[in-house]
Amino acid sequence: MTTVAIVNARLLDPATDYDGPGGLLIEDGRIVRVVHGASPIEADQLIDADGLCLAPGLIDIRVKTGEPGAEPKETLKSASLAAAAGGVTTIVVQPDTDPAVDDPAMIDFIQRRGAALNLVNVRAAGAATKALDGQRMAEIGLMDEAGALYFTDGDKVIVNSRTLQRVMSYAAAFNALIACRPSDPWLTEGAVAASGELATRLGLSGSPAIAERIGLERDLALVEQTGARFLVDQISTEGALETLARARAKGLEVAVSVSINHLCFNEVDIGDYRTFYRLDPPLRSEADRQALVEAVREGLIDVITSAHAPAPAEDKRRPFAEAAPGAVGLETLLPAALTLHHEDGLDLLDVLRPLTQGPAALLGLDAGVLAEGAPADLVLFDLGAPIIVDADALHSKSKNSPFDGRRLQGKVIGTWVGGRKVH
Amino acid sequence: MTQPSDVTDQTIRDRLVPFPKPHFLAASDLNPFVTPQLLDLGDAFVDFNRQSSKALDLLHGRTVVNLFFENSTRTSSSFEIAAKRLGADVVTMPVGSSSVKKGETLIDTAVTLNAMKPDILVIRHGASGAAELLSQKVGCAVVNAGDGRHEHPTQALLDLLSMRRAFGDVTSLTVAICGDITHSRVARSNVALLQMMGARVRLIGPPTLVPGDADRWGCEVFHDMREGLQGCDVVMMLRLQLERMAGALVPSTREYFRFWGLDREKLAWAKPGARVMHPGPMNRGVEIDSDVADDLDVSLIQDQVEMGVAARMAVLASLSARWGDK
Repeated sequence: MTTVAIVNARLLDPATDYDGPGGLLIEDGRIVRVVHGASPIEADQLIDADGLCLAPGLIDIRVKTGEPGAEPKETLKSASLAAAAGGVTTIVVQPDTDPAVDDPAMIDFIQRRGAALNLVNVRAAGAATKALDGQRMAEIGLMDEAGALYFTDGDKVIVNSRTLQRVMSYAAAFNALIACRPSDPWLTEGAVAASGELATRLGLSGSPAIAERIGLERDLALVEQTGARFLVDQISTEGALETLARARAKGLEVAVSVSINHLCFNEVDIGDYRTFYRLDPPLRSEADRQALVEAVREGLIDVITSAHAPAPAEDKRRPFAEAAPGAVGLETLLPAALTLHHEDGLDLLDVLRPLTQGPAALLGLDAGVLAEGAPADLVLFDLGAPIIVDADALHSKSKNSPFDGRRLQGKVIGTWVGGRKVH
Repeated sequence: MTQPSDVTDQTIRDRLVPFPKPHFLAASDLNPFVTPQLLDLGDAFVDFNRQSSKALDLLHGRTVVNLFFENSTRTSSSFEIAAKRLGADVVTMPVGSSSVKKGETLIDTAVTLNAMKPDILVIRHGASGAAELLSQKVGCAVVNAGDGRHEHPTQALLDLLSMRRAFGDVTSLTVAICGDITHSRVARSNVALLQMMGARVRLIGPPTLVPGDADRWGCEVFHDMREGLQGCDVVMMLRLQLERMAGALVPSTREYFRFWGLDREKLAWAKPGARVMHPGPMNRGVEIDSDVADDLDVSLIQDQVEMGVAARMAVLASLSARWGDK
């Protein structure tokens, strides 16, 4: 078996808090040696990183595709290509497809299709309820056996508290992770933007921040009662962070994710009805954004996701309230996250942790670290290189990127999955 | 133990023990002293029932009314046969199809029946506490044949009789009760009686079917069959009601069978020589595999039905022994 070494790199490993010079030896798809400092490494093939940043490949746990059911939007292949180009080495696709990923055969289907592409690791989240109907519990045990990494109804809130209670309690038997969007369905009905002065002026229906807090309070109470492993999926408000802090102070162990969009943008970006900024949950105030960034800095956020949600132009080129919510984000995830370092002054490791080790630990993956024995899922990037995002050049079939035309700093130079160069 | 041909009216009378309470409403109406005596009596009835002539006159001239508000073929026949073999006059009333539909309340029915002066009322009802309520309103003995999800005490007694005959001693047994504990009156009665007799009881099932506070019943609770079955002498499977499947409490029958259905593989996790029980009727391929259910080397399920008649004869006879010869 040939060995490959990446040398002369700036290693960034959030798991060990190492940020310094070094190199890696890769054999048989795995990291077999991690060298800190400038010691030379013997290998059949040497790759000189020339001082660029080498980090564990990103793990994006919230990726929507259109496969099966809406392939023109996005396929597993186009999403995998976008991921590889963005330095994302593992994607976890969402179950809200058509049909929904709600039985073990569908989990198997996604994993097989993903593996056959030979690009990035494609894993699946299973539906928490059958056909995402919020009523009938899905086959959590069988899907767990088939390889589902967690269970969620995606953007749909499980309104019936008894159903959610049963799902949580049942999943606990398998130590399975349940993820839910915190939201009160009635307060957010018809909402397309964050409640506030701006939405009022634009004449858009607003989603109040308390809707998130009310939903979260309910979910956390159920977690407390059932003992479920739980991920608060996509927090977007300062108020919800406070609720979460209170629960954690009481000893409740829950994980929380935030989308990259809510760390980079605020409601003002909607400007004059730019539908690429129509997201769900909606972009919030700058105070909310700053609170979320601060939470990342303090290590309170377990996972940052791209919240990749492809929507074709015809679904976006509509009046704001009628436009499809969501944004693609796989390919821009890393450079967008690096703005937290460049502009908000976060430590590089603190930015990378919720993109690598955080999701890996949450989902029980052996990736996300630069350690001997870990899979050689890696991203090599130029931290300072300026880029201008060109949505048309993205690999995603849908080009609905809110970063289109934006100047970012940080360019992916190479992506390896299991030691294989995929970008 | 007596030979079948030896069982006479006198054998039975010698073993007759007065029931400790005027009614048999819950397993707690028994006590650790009388229970073994009732089982001895049950043993005698088993032998008696295996004779060709099965007529006794212990309950001669007495009237037993079977009042079944829920449909049940096996339990009502079991009680009917038990009472008839003891010489009683038996009336089985399928109440589910008569007065209840005309709007009569349970108490009205009870008062009406009471006026007909029965000696024993056997009641099954869908509401927990129905047997207790009835017992307060009638002048005769009441036997609970299942009230809601509360108790089914004669089932526990017949299960205990089956276990004692299979193992000789029940005090050192570890019994796993598996499946839908939450909605099971069989589980509640068995937990109470087995614990009274010193056996260890484990409850195994998905968290949606095991009450959250079941650990306070003095049982060990498991959600994983492999962990829970380890070291068990008896694996008692419960029926999963069809309406609980299809997503409400369990995602599907195939998932339930995969994780909680008893098949050879799972049975092998129990103690070697472990025996399998089921109160019936079984959902084959849901909570139990036919391969296990029909294997007479491990399954006590057929025995349970036979013990049912004997145990109920013991209960009816001992209730009548309280009356003396008045």
